[in-house]
Amino acid sequence: MSLRTLPDLIPDGKLKLPRQAERTLAGGLTVIAIRRPAVPLVEVRLRVPFGRTPLPRATLLSQALFTGTGTMSSVEIAAELQAVGGGLSAGLDPDRLLITGNTLASGLDRLLEILAAVLTDPAYPNEEVATERDRLVDHIQVALTQPAHLARAALLKRMYGRHPYAVQTPEPDQVRAVRPAQLRALHADRVRPEGSVLVLVGDLNPEKAIDAADKALGSWTGPGKDGDLPPTPALQPGPLLLVDRPGAVQSSLRMALPALPRTDPDYAALQLANLVFGGYFSSRWVENIREDKGYTYGPHTSIEHFLAGSALLVAAEVATEVTGPSLLETFYELGRIASLPPGEDELEQARRYALGTLRLGMSTQAGLAGLASMYASFDLRLDYLRDYSAALATATREQVADVAARFLAPSQTVAVVLGDADKVHAPLAALTAVERGVA
Amino acid sequence: MARRIKIPATKYPVERFTLDNGLRVVLTPDRSAPVVGVAVVYDVGIRSEPEGRTGFAHLFEHLMFQGSENLEKLAHFRHVQGAGGTFNGSTHLDYTDYFEVLPSGALERALFLEADRMRGPRLTEENLLNQIDVVKEEIRVNVLNRPYGGFPWLRLPPVMFSTFPNAHDGYGSFGDLDSATVEDAQAFFDRYYACGNATLAVAGDFDVAAATAMIHRHFGDVAARPAPPLPDFDEPGLTEERRDVYTDRLAPLPGVAGAWRVPDPIGDFADYLPFVVLAEVLTDGDASRLVERLVQRDRSVTSIGGYIGFMGDEFQVRNPTALLLQAHMPPGGDAEKVLRTVDEELDRLATNGLTPGELERTQARIATHLLRDTDAVLGRALPMAVLELQRGRPEMLNELPKLVGEVTEAQIVAAAATLRPDRRAVVEVLPGAGS
Repeated sequence: MSLRTLPDLIPDGKLKLPRQAERTLAGGLTVIAIRRPAVPLVEVRLRVPFGRTPLPRATLLSQALFTGTGTMSSVEIAAELQAVGGGLSAGLDPDRLLITGNTLASGLDRLLEILAAVLTDPAYPNEEVATERDRLVDHIQVALTQPAHLARAALLKRMYGRHPYAVQTPEPDQVRAVRPAQLRALHADRVRPEGSVLVLVGDLNPEKAIDAADKALGSWTGPGKDGDLPPTPALQPGPLLLVDRPGAVQSSLRMALPALPRTDPDYAALQLANLVFGGYFSSRWVENIREDKGYTYGPHTSIEHFLAGSALLVAAEVATEVTGPSLLETFYELGRIASLPPGEDELEQARRYALGTLRLGMSTQAGLAGLASMYASFDLRLDYLRDYSAALATATREQVADVAARFLAPSQTVAVVLGDADKVHAPLAALTAVERGVA
Repeated sequence: MARRIKIPATKYPVERFTLDNGLRVVLTPDRSAPVVGVAVVYDVGIRSEPEGRTGFAHLFEHLMFQGSENLEKLAHFRHVQGAGGTFNGSTHLDYTDYFEVLPSGALERALFLEADRMRGPRLTEENLLNQIDVVKEEIRVNVLNRPYGGFPWLRLPPVMFSTFPNAHDGYGSFGDLDSATVEDAQAFFDRYYACGNATLAVAGDFDVAAATAMIHRHFGDVAARPAPPLPDFDEPGLTEERRDVYTDRLAPLPGVAGAWRVPDPIGDFADYLPFVVLAEVLTDGDASRLVERLVQRDRSVTSIGGYIGFMGDEFQVRNPTALLLQAHMPPGGDAEKVLRTVDEELDRLATNGLTPGELERTQARIATHLLRDTDAVLGRALPMAVLELQRGRPEMLNELPKLVGEVTEAQIVAAAATLRPDRRAVVEVLPGAGS
């Protein structure tokens, strides 16, 4: 057996941003068009500000957005989109209504026409809305049996208290009470071009694509509404909340820690601290509780950004019998990164991962569309990637240690465990104060 | 009648060669983004695992990440991610894949890592026990601790098939996983992980001559071992309907899935392809047959999906396989009624044919899905590696949108006519949550 040497890496070239154009239309809609002609398709993302909307209505509106226009039924909308190889769907986060789609490049004009009809001439027919309402209720009923959903719901309540972000899924009864007329009113009031951003990425000429959007969506007008939410409250560390799920063969361990927005000068350092701790496979936490101890399959941490605040989230599904030891190791790794500077090698490894995966994320039409649309909703553009890359490349060990001490300290955690309480209460209580609660 | 949109094609170049040791290589350069995808695929999957060792192919996949000749445990992950890349592997019925996506300057490193484990993983008792624990947690997350776990991909095969390779649980029983030994793993590697039983594909931003030299440098001295004989897993199709029903204690609502055998995806590709299109005619979007009827009109299901291959890998599966339909129902939903309606719609399709534009729009949308997948380097490297392995035709990835576009109405009608109740396997899931 001869020893072989790992080949060196060839350093990355300069970060190249794709050709793009941007224009705000007369009606107030901002359109960003980005050229990546690798495949003959166009990716479409539209984000509409939707803060301060009533959650049950907003959620059902997102589910029923394509149920009909003044001239087209839901089936006709779907068939017309399909005919050009297109498709559109809608979703909701606490800040925005998000429309996502794609089409053969030759079908872009037609897709934009159909999108315009949905935005400007929605019908919300009673029958179709009733169908979508029942489907949404069923979907929520299923979510309420999924541990990942229940654990997140419990964590959000602990994190956000009375802030609107505390509840991100409506109750089935609330959805049942929504009437089609309320959707029409909400649509008229809040599905407005001002403040909305349309992103088109693909095999297109950026200026011409914006012209096409202008032609199709020029009739979409109306001032935006103030949907800004108050800043999220500071996290209130306290006893670990234990939510009972009798008979569960795994416990869902969740934690929240404070975090910084993307534009903060220390954000890159915080992201590197997150990676070293638990934000990728080769992190301390994952190597510890998965590859050394075998407690879990897919533990992960990430920084979640909403318009009104950011948080660092920790998540693992661990076997019921090792719930206590898993919490112990999690506290240990948080304490270690908050108390001691990271090693040079592990910091460089995390840095290269962060820089490399940025490039991977930009390497497809769908990746670029997602990034451009997400950044735009935070008033950022793709050139943010240059600044962010530079900040990642230059963050020092001292900076990373400093933000880790400020943001990753175990004393600051808001923690939730969803699991078989009779089995895991005592092991958890050996490590921290525990209170019982409901999801 | 709808105006027919032209279905475009990709022209990704394809270079193929075989090393002296039998490793088949596919190179597909494209310099539109500074990234590369590397895929190594071995011609062994769930169907080849021995009786008493259910889940072994997947467990072995985990062991391939636990170190090799020149790499300590954890080194593989660190070297890939420390190069700015991502990695994974997955175990299918007929093959097991390993892959990385990285900035282009890390290509040679990825090739080194794959070659090192192709020469032999470090199979130790400690790593085996650790990964048995990890795999059990994976099964708990994906099957045991959630509603509808394994529905229908683990639930249908034992109803539809009679032989162990096709019928058994590919995730494995905990008892079988616990029985696995280092000797089993070594024997599995020796038999199936031969370089003559593997393909390597590289996609993305590289120079063909340089990449070819790297591949010779790193894989050239992997010991030549021939592929084991390719097993034939065929078994007779059903002549009368087979049913199973079970209660899922975590599920709040009922569900039902049905499956029908389809022609050999490789040996009878021309007869098989219409079933791929048919699945989309039936279930792709609000304008599809079964969504319009069952979701919109009858409201007898809340969602319905249709696809081919138990893992949804319609161009990467061998015979025998099936077209699957799966539906979730509202409270009190009636699986019999849903199945009767499906039969009625299939009859209507087989008797009256398609409506104007129905086939064309379905083909256009399939083309978008196919093209979209190929935009990612991994969306080229992985399927090309499998197409090379199973068909010797990686360039088929470029041709699929066009081939789908050539399927005719008569073929769809003929395909629909074969989906008879007496050829069907059905599994019904009853809600047990709260009871």
